[in-house]
Amino acid sequence: MDSFIVISLIKIFVVFGALMTILAYLQWVERKVIAHIQVRPGPYRVGPHGLLQPLADVIKLITKEDLVPPYVNKVLYLAAPFFAITMALLSISVIPFGPAIRVAGYPTYMGLADLNFGVLFILGISSMGVYGIALAGWSSNNKYSLLGGLRSSAQMISYELPLSLAIAAPLLISNTLSLRKLVDSQDGWMWNWNLFHGFQYVSFVVFIIAAFAETNRVPFDLPEAENELVAGFHTEYSSMKFASFFMAEYANMVTVSCMAVLLFLGGWVAPWPAAYGSGYVPVAIFAIGGMIAIWRGLNPRRPRDRFTFPPFGVVFLVVAAVFLVPILQSALLPLFWFCAKTGAILFLFMWIRGTLPRFRYDQLMGFAWKILFPVAMLNLLVTGLAIAVFS
Amino acid sequence: MDLILFLVFAGIAVVAAINVVVQRHPISSAISLIAVMGSLAVLYLLLGAEFIAAAQVIVYAGAIMVLFVFVIMLLNAGGETKAGRSFVASLLGVPVLVALLWLLAYYTARIYPSDTEVHFGGFRGGTAQAVGRALFTTYLLPFEITSILILIAIVGAIVLARKELE
Amino acid sequence: MMGHVPLSWFLMLSAVLFSLGVAGFIFRRNIITMFMSIELILNAVNLTFITFAYQRQQVAGHLFAFFVMVVAAAEAAVGLAIILTVFKNRETLNIDDLDSMKN
Repeated sequence: MDSFIVISLIKIFVVFGALMTILAYLQWVERKVIAHIQVRPGPYRVGPHGLLQPLADVIKLITKEDLVPPYVNKVLYLAAPFFAITMALLSISVIPFGPAIRVAGYPTYMGLADLNFGVLFILGISSMGVYGIALAGWSSNNKYSLLGGLRSSAQMISYELPLSLAIAAPLLISNTLSLRKLVDSQDGWMWNWNLFHGFQYVSFVVFIIAAFAETNRVPFDLPEAENELVAGFHTEYSSMKFASFFMAEYANMVTVSCMAVLLFLGGWVAPWPAAYGSGYVPVAIFAIGGMIAIWRGLNPRRPRDRFTFPPFGVVFLVVAAVFLVPILQSALLPLFWFCAKTGAILFLFMWIRGTLPRFRYDQLMGFAWKILFPVAMLNLLVTGLAIAVFS
Repeated sequence: MDLILFLVFAGIAVVAAINVVVQRHPISSAISLIAVMGSLAVLYLLLGAEFIAAAQVIVYAGAIMVLFVFVIMLLNAGGETKAGRSFVASLLGVPVLVALLWLLAYYTARIYPSDTEVHFGGFRGGTAQAVGRALFTTYLLPFEITSILILIAIVGAIVLARKELE
Repeated sequence: MMGHVPLSWFLMLSAVLFSLGVAGFIFRRNIITMFMSIELILNAVNLTFITFAYQRQQVAGHLFAFFVMVVAAAEAAVGLAIILTVFKNRETLNIDDLDSMKN
């Protein structure tokens, strides 16, 4: 009992610290990706290639004046961002990052909690996440905020239906509600994943579209668009409370990407088993990256590259060497594949943000109820029929 | 451990329920009702009802109460005016009623004691699998009838909410 | 510390919540608050169903609670639509003002 509590506390600190850093640097990655899509450099002044930009943003947000307007409903105004970030972080606590490992002799699972009904838990928490936005819009006592809050809440609850139906289809195939057993049912080669083995292409597309709408991302971000509704439901918020909404949005993005990976793309299972050499892929990637960085440091394009690139090259080569250590491989390899797949879906989020224009509100709602919901229901019917016929 | 969990969440449920009844503005009552439903979901987990706990959060706290909150925000009717009642009645009314019914339950429990004690893992038959199996075999008829009921409710709500536009 | 909870405590909690719901329904004049008191009553009944399912070790109580939830959802949808219509016609949410059928 004691070791369980100690290990859980250690895991909580590790996951929380890693998550906060990832959320901050996710914003940097997004700005760089969108900038390069638009053929401009993005942040590159604060630190090498703008890597200290999130730190500068955090300092700015903390030191900004924390203004509470006098005409707002104080209790709800202060509770809404707290609620949003709590729900966003709660859903990450049940996501498994890897298989069972042994830490200093104690067996534990890579993931904070393993619930029997993990999928239902995440669905429930995402339903509760609507309140953060609705109460923020209401408590600001401002018609733009109220309109933005109501629109955003209506959008989120409308798209919860296709999201739930798209989640139900691979659950029929994997026959379990536990997130860990979902990944175990997709073990093996790449064609064992739910996306290929179960022909869940339609479910995957519906899930991704519904996930875009659930997290209020482009092309569904009308309720928080700056040039449409004066920043929507977070108009009246400043400094740390605004940062909370921001972090909640990125945390929601991470959650739905992890869900897509767990449900459709096989979680932490490598594309081909480790017996055939898939353990050397991260070594190869990091080694090649490190060697390119060191070569670029020796033949620099800009004079300051001579100082900034070689340390990165050395770090990458050290990481590649770490992946070769057999004791750490059982924990690091699944983590690498999980992060690689989640990163691919997050890149998809950012790619679409840089590419597509946004929907008008009536187009958005019509799309949910008239197109996406029937398609998701039909997909569930066909999946159920196929399972009943072929087994 | 189970005792502490029960006391904490039962306390939250009772305080929030009192808040639902007492608050002036409907939005405060709505948020207190969400707190009641959340703490009841934890108590369902203690009783081994994991599917019903998840359904409580998804359906009740996450959809029905959102509907309530939407309507309160749209109507924006403000708080209720104080009715003309005697001071003694407004102070003693609710607590006396609650105390009466609690005394009734307490003495009933004293006369008919049950030796069942609730702890985590005491009932393992509340999984989604068990509920689903019962739902689609023994209780199939009520299931189909409630789906028609929901259809009627959808049609009714759309018709009612649409008529006011003309 | 590792004490178990007697089953009757759950039933007492359910009785308290039920009585609070009834009190709210009788004493409040705002339609929406009365509606929320009804939801409180339904939640108390759900707790009773699940408690007895634990005592009898059967899953039927969970099924009944599920159906109560479904019916509450349908009732909330139609009831709130009616409340919206009433508000658009009468501009009031006080149930004492809806007395046009009184003699």
